[in-house]
Amino acid sequence: MIDPALPLYGDLADPTPKIRVRGLDFFYGDQQALFSNDIDIAPNRVTAVIGPSGCGKSTHLRVYNRIFELYRDQKAKGDVLLNGESIFAPTMKLLELRRRVGMIFQKPTPFPMSVFENVAYGIRLHYAVPKSELEGRVEEALKGAALWEEVRDLLHKPGTALSGGQQQRLCIARAIAVEPEVLLMDEPTSAIDPIATAKIEELVDVLKKNYTIVIVTHNMQQAARISDFTAFFFKGYIVEFGETRQIFTNPKNKKTEEYITGRFG
Amino acid sequence: MRRLREYLSEHFETTFRGFTVLCAAVVLIIMAAMFFNLAWNARLAIGQFGLGFLWRDMWDPALNEYGALSSIYGTVVSTVIAMTVAVPMSVVIALFLVELAHPTVSKVVGAAIELLAAIPSIIYGMWGLFVFAPLMAETVQPFLQETLGLENVPGIGRLFTGAPMGIGMLTSGIILAIMILPFISAVMRDVFAMVPAVVKESAYGMGSTTWEVTRKVTLRYGIQGVVGACFLGLGRAIGETMAVTFVIGNAHRISLSLYDPGNSIASTIANEFAEASDPLYLQALIYLGLVLLVMTFVIQMIAQWWVVRLKKSMGAGL
Amino acid sequence: MKKTQNVRRREVINHIVSVLSGLAALVGIFFLGWILWTVARQGLAALNLDFFTKLPAPPGSDSGGLANAIAGTVVITLLATVIGVPLGLFTGVYLSEFGRVSHFGRMVRFTTNITTGIPSIIVGLFVYTLLVVPFKHFSAYAGAVALAIIMLPVVARTTEDMLALVPNALRESALAIGMPRWRMILAILFRAARSGLLTGTLLAVARVSGETAPLIFTAMNSPYWMKSLAEPTANLTVTIFNYAMSPFDDWKRLAWGASLLIMATVLAVNILARYLLREKK
Repeated sequence: MIDPALPLYGDLADPTPKIRVRGLDFFYGDQQALFSNDIDIAPNRVTAVIGPSGCGKSTHLRVYNRIFELYRDQKAKGDVLLNGESIFAPTMKLLELRRRVGMIFQKPTPFPMSVFENVAYGIRLHYAVPKSELEGRVEEALKGAALWEEVRDLLHKPGTALSGGQQQRLCIARAIAVEPEVLLMDEPTSAIDPIATAKIEELVDVLKKNYTIVIVTHNMQQAARISDFTAFFFKGYIVEFGETRQIFTNPKNKKTEEYITGRFG
Repeated sequence: MRRLREYLSEHFETTFRGFTVLCAAVVLIIMAAMFFNLAWNARLAIGQFGLGFLWRDMWDPALNEYGALSSIYGTVVSTVIAMTVAVPMSVVIALFLVELAHPTVSKVVGAAIELLAAIPSIIYGMWGLFVFAPLMAETVQPFLQETLGLENVPGIGRLFTGAPMGIGMLTSGIILAIMILPFISAVMRDVFAMVPAVVKESAYGMGSTTWEVTRKVTLRYGIQGVVGACFLGLGRAIGETMAVTFVIGNAHRISLSLYDPGNSIASTIANEFAEASDPLYLQALIYLGLVLLVMTFVIQMIAQWWVVRLKKSMGAGL
Repeated sequence: MKKTQNVRRREVINHIVSVLSGLAALVGIFFLGWILWTVARQGLAALNLDFFTKLPAPPGSDSGGLANAIAGTVVITLLATVIGVPLGLFTGVYLSEFGRVSHFGRMVRFTTNITTGIPSIIVGLFVYTLLVVPFKHFSAYAGAVALAIIMLPVVARTTEDMLALVPNALRESALAIGMPRWRMILAILFRAARSGLLTGTLLAVARVSGETAPLIFTAMNSPYWMKSLAEPTANLTVTIFNYAMSPFDDWKRLAWGASLLIMATVLAVNILARYLLREKK
């Protein structure tokens, strides 16, 4: 039995979770994809979500910003609390939720506009920023995503003209420009080369000072390198959740052990 | 024997290829011949009026004096009305079909709109002349004039003065809009549907509303297709003959009021061709045709050039 | 933290646009329904046996039909198809198979795109200068050529698009077993793209069968049966144009009947074409 008052990640970190998930079920039409998921996401930490493909990692992540609601046949049951407030509560404004919970996708998705406009997009949406201040904010966000030095002379080139790794960092800059609290990353490095991947991993380490990060990855080395906590998903269940070190050195569950030792997945 | 067959098949290969090249060349020949033939058959009128034909506001078969200005004016005004109505409507219809409607509704409405696009323009003309124009005269135009009082609004008031006859610039503009609406919205729907889900998701993920995603991301992503769709509609509207001829009124004058009858290049040619017995009269009509050809040609060139430029400057994907 | 813009306002704008977009779609459907209903109601009143079997009668006699115009439209459209479809088809083959990147190919593609946008009335005038002025008479073949010119670029572009959808592996495997290119195109590609090509052709035929403007200057019109292809020929669309503008009620009635016939045919062919394409998918 889970005591809903106690954080699931034990006594190692801040006792108040940033995100608390309780009894989350998820359905694609009649097909159930998640089964009573419980998890607490620690603030200013990196939580990795691992598991074989089709296990529900991305599905789980896509509940946090309610992006799944774009699709008519997808339904979530249960509750997700952000800072103690349910994201499904009527008082929770969807647009504000998505500003507070940013998302980075598998493939870089620069919008069809210039590098500058890509970053300014969200700022213009959510803030009344005078033009003079906007440039500073864009620069700040690009610096935050460790991209400024590379693109300072390319600000007015289309976002799609950058390399894959740069595009992904542009998306990170775009996400942090609106001052979110949480960053969701759905296999952010699966479409880019190893060098660019290393840069993004470094960046994740820096970003956790200011943001709570949840990252879905199919790369176990990556999870071990960058995360503080790891959740192992299997067939829609959270089979094991704990400190990354513990999960990778001393898994309690047999399935987890089989997966991290590469016996399936 | 075997070698002969190989030789023949080799030979046929070249013949076949040459034949397709010939067919392709026909397209080029037709295009060139169109300009040449129209110009040659309008040579009397071109010699008589020169380029001044374009800005000459006079059309008098009795005096054998011709100028294209009122026709060009009517073509431009009716097209502008049509585009102003049809383009924004098409955007929101595409938005409805792709983002908002239930898939079944979207399929049915989409199919209906495609059918609307297939209806021949002469049908729009019949419907316009016998159904829509009387309705404009009895209900819509008096309503705009009196009930809404548009006639007395400073600035645009001039556009709504005059007797509500139902026949005229406004009616033909609206019928043109109804005609090109399905073309534009069908293409825009396809363009919207082709924008990858991840791109839309990441825009929604930033906290954008559906309309913001459409306006700022989807429209830009598909800008090539959107511009293409608009130019398709523009090309249709500018050269449309039957739907306009029936309801524009065929009067050779330039009037600010949209209630007044006017004429377009196409309607003048269609309407007066049968009566043009004098060679200069006939040639003036063909000269008008040449003007329309050049107009559409230039528009198409701009369209193609613009699409390439947009793609470069925005990194649009479609 | 800077002041956040009014979320409520953005939501309200979004809501308004959503409602407007539903309304706009409704308006589109409404006009379709209105036009269909008007033409069906007026047209059905005009359709009877006389309409299909008799020649036009002088105004007032109330017993005329448009048999000659029906025949004329069928003949002109068929002739246009026979001329336009092969030309368009092989232009499309050239664009897709031989001239994909060549300079000439690009020029042809560009011109084809532009030709698609040339108003049909201009095509009519052009054929008038090409086939009517020199021979000094209007004719069914001039009408057919005008319609064929309108079909050509449409068929060419659809053919190119449809052939482009055929995977390259199919071409390569056909060539790899030693099949010459022309046979590969005619036997393999055409078969693979069959339903798309048929749909494209049907849509092009449907489109030109409703054209009026190009026929005014080429086939013109006639109150008699056609005896040869080299004379003014009655057809439904120009008849509608002439009769609708006339002051006689029984002529207007015939115009409505002709409108219904044309509209029903065009829509039926369209539905058939779309059905064929869906069937394949």
